[in-house]
Amino acid sequence: MFKYLFAKEEDIPAGSAAVFFGFSSILWFIVGTGLGSFNAAKLAFPDFVTGIEMLSFGHMRQVHVLAVILGWISMAFAMAMMYITPALGNTKLWSEKLGVWNCLIWNVGLALGLTLLWFGITSGREYSDMIWPIDLAIVFGILLPLAVNVWMTIKTRRTQGIYTTNWFFGAATFMVLIVFTVGNSPEFFQLTGLTEAYLTWWFAHNVLGLWITPVAAAISYYIVPKVTGNPLYSHRIGHLHFWSVVVFYSTPAAHHLMSAPLPEWLKSFASVEGVLILVPAIAFVSNLLLTMSGKWKMFVENVEIKFTITGVLMAIPLNMQGGFQQTRAINWYIHGTGWIVAHAHLALLGFSTFLEAAAVYYGLQTLLRRKLYSLALANFHFWMLLVGFTTYWVSMTIAGLIQGAGKIYEVPYIDVVIAEHPYMIARWVGGTMVFLGNCVWLYNMWMTMRAGTLIPAGRLPHELAYER
Amino acid sequence: MAFREYTIGVRMFGLAFGTSMFITLYMPASDIREVSVTEVGLERQLSFGRVGGFSYEDPLLQGHAKPATIDITEDPKTGAPIEPTRAYVYTAGVPFPNGIRHPVILGAKPEELSVNKGKILAADEAHGAVFIVGTEDIAGETVGYIENATATRGWTPDAAMKVATEETTHYIGKGKIMFVREGCWWCHTLLPEQTQDWQYFGAPPMLGDFNGESPTAFGSDRKAPDLTHVGSRNSSKEWMIMHFFNPRLVQPHSIMPRYDYLWGDNDAAGNPIDYDGWRAEYDKYVANERVYPPEVPVPAKDSEAHALIDFVLNLK
Repeated sequence: MFKYLFAKEEDIPAGSAAVFFGFSSILWFIVGTGLGSFNAAKLAFPDFVTGIEMLSFGHMRQVHVLAVILGWISMAFAMAMMYITPALGNTKLWSEKLGVWNCLIWNVGLALGLTLLWFGITSGREYSDMIWPIDLAIVFGILLPLAVNVWMTIKTRRTQGIYTTNWFFGAATFMVLIVFTVGNSPEFFQLTGLTEAYLTWWFAHNVLGLWITPVAAAISYYIVPKVTGNPLYSHRIGHLHFWSVVVFYSTPAAHHLMSAPLPEWLKSFASVEGVLILVPAIAFVSNLLLTMSGKWKMFVENVEIKFTITGVLMAIPLNMQGGFQQTRAINWYIHGTGWIVAHAHLALLGFSTFLEAAAVYYGLQTLLRRKLYSLALANFHFWMLLVGFTTYWVSMTIAGLIQGAGKIYEVPYIDVVIAEHPYMIARWVGGTMVFLGNCVWLYNMWMTMRAGTLIPAGRLPHELAYER
Repeated sequence: MAFREYTIGVRMFGLAFGTSMFITLYMPASDIREVSVTEVGLERQLSFGRVGGFSYEDPLLQGHAKPATIDITEDPKTGAPIEPTRAYVYTAGVPFPNGIRHPVILGAKPEELSVNKGKILAADEAHGAVFIVGTEDIAGETVGYIENATATRGWTPDAAMKVATEETTHYIGKGKIMFVREGCWWCHTLLPEQTQDWQYFGAPPMLGDFNGESPTAFGSDRKAPDLTHVGSRNSSKEWMIMHFFNPRLVQPHSIMPRYDYLWGDNDAAGNPIDYDGWRAEYDKYVANERVYPPEVPVPAKDSEAHALIDFVLNLK
């Protein structure tokens, strides 16, 4: 990587930045899920590693969250953008060198920001925990270079139109810049009180709605047609998805604060808009599932499709929950409980992780011109993720319903803690499975790079048979 | 952008996204701006100081440059007895809370009273000041405002600290830093949930309770009791000391981490704390080899644990 930092643009092999981003994202996924497993162990067994400030739950929870969001998910996005955007424009990445620098600064900046958080140096705002100097570094050193590379690659494309995936990439890189800058403005400008509280959740909602969800969906708009060979079922439904994300997904931030003394009109508006999230969700899921028509055997046989379609299917419960749990009728019961934790993991560890994992699997094989080292290990990874996640999700959903019942029936809180104990153990087991699966994944991708079957020019990785 | 449809698309995108930002940013912000601060909101920001997270004055979140909250019954200037009063002492160099730096965020009436009657603009960070919360009846409505007692009554920070005792001095601002840094709010919310929760954890906050406070640290993922009014439910300092040192001493089923490391090296009497010895004795207690758990050291006045307990007990 370092030898490319000062190399001439034409001396850097195409796809280098994407490969670096791909492996970085897997490493951060291992770090993030490892921390998650460690934190979960502490919730199940509070005296597990105790009395050390740096290893206490309160110092490590936010490190887990941001390692996964900014390390795994966003770096996998960057990886996908760096190989899918040029592929769809029939061109090269605008600047491979910028991409390599971007990857270096991203890794260094994120490691620094997470270390500060680990020491407790925080803004005290959930999801925008990073202190404002780090926020500025993220905007100008990480997100802006990525956005410029994507936009310029789209601009210098050699195709007539722009495919669905690239609308999302181009728009989401723009929107996340706005979201990050505005969402952290309370720290830049000393905004206080309800404005600060609202902007905290405005950020948290929109970074999900305008960055993670649309980019993850955009990846599957590429992977499914590419691997199955079927054209996208409907360009027009893609339009509906895109525009409804921009219009509906950007508005319901206040539904995260239904119990706060915010203006009532804002909460009601957010709640109604929140239900309309079902519009892009249904458009997306139906479009992808209909694209699969005639190729459903690949859901079983092909690793990338298996991951992608599992992620797409998880978008159904995700959005049914997301659309309705924020209405007042349901929110009063489940708000602030483990149900929400389960929902957040359904979005990040379920829906979006499975789509990104497919992008990383597919991208690394294509860019390295190497067939996946081991199908068995990939399947093992898939099932560790799926079973681990499901264990987590089911146990936390049940724990959340118990908490909700405890809340409305005014049960002494310690009885709720006692009742949740078995589910906390199950959550730890599930999270640990995900972590172990990811370690196997890293080995598999490393061996793919070293020892995977070479893919002949003109062939796609999934057209070749596995040798192991 | 060679095609006309993309030119149209980009404009449509700008319109759609801009409208959404107008509705979700400008409209709520202008609405919230109209809110006048309550007395609770004044007390909160005066006791917390300017910022509860990362700041120039306190980049490592050690609780530096925070005000002291004192309960006094004696006029610091004249020495005459006064009604029990809570005063907020900002020694020289401690940054003032946002309501004093930017009085507009207090809302129309409190701003006017604080500026005209409370003389807050006369306060100077370089010299420090003592603030109290005053009230005024305007057309049957009680309006709270900030009074700069240094200007109105001649109370200097030094004199104010002299009339306060160790028991009546609370390091709430430093405690809030500990609350944020140690991640208490990852499990304990500062915002009761809707409906029945109010009966269990107390009344929900009012609209103006947070003007001037940052971060609000409401919390979202509740794994433990809400703390909005915890100081009213449990005012025992002894219980808090045991609970923070090792929650399982007072609540065997608690999953809260131990915060014994906030005690620092020495206890209140200046004796070094033997953590390893304490833990070994505690393990014996857990194994039924001791009848009583070992004695919990009392935190020193300048310890982080002391400040955190001050913060929690003052959540009323």
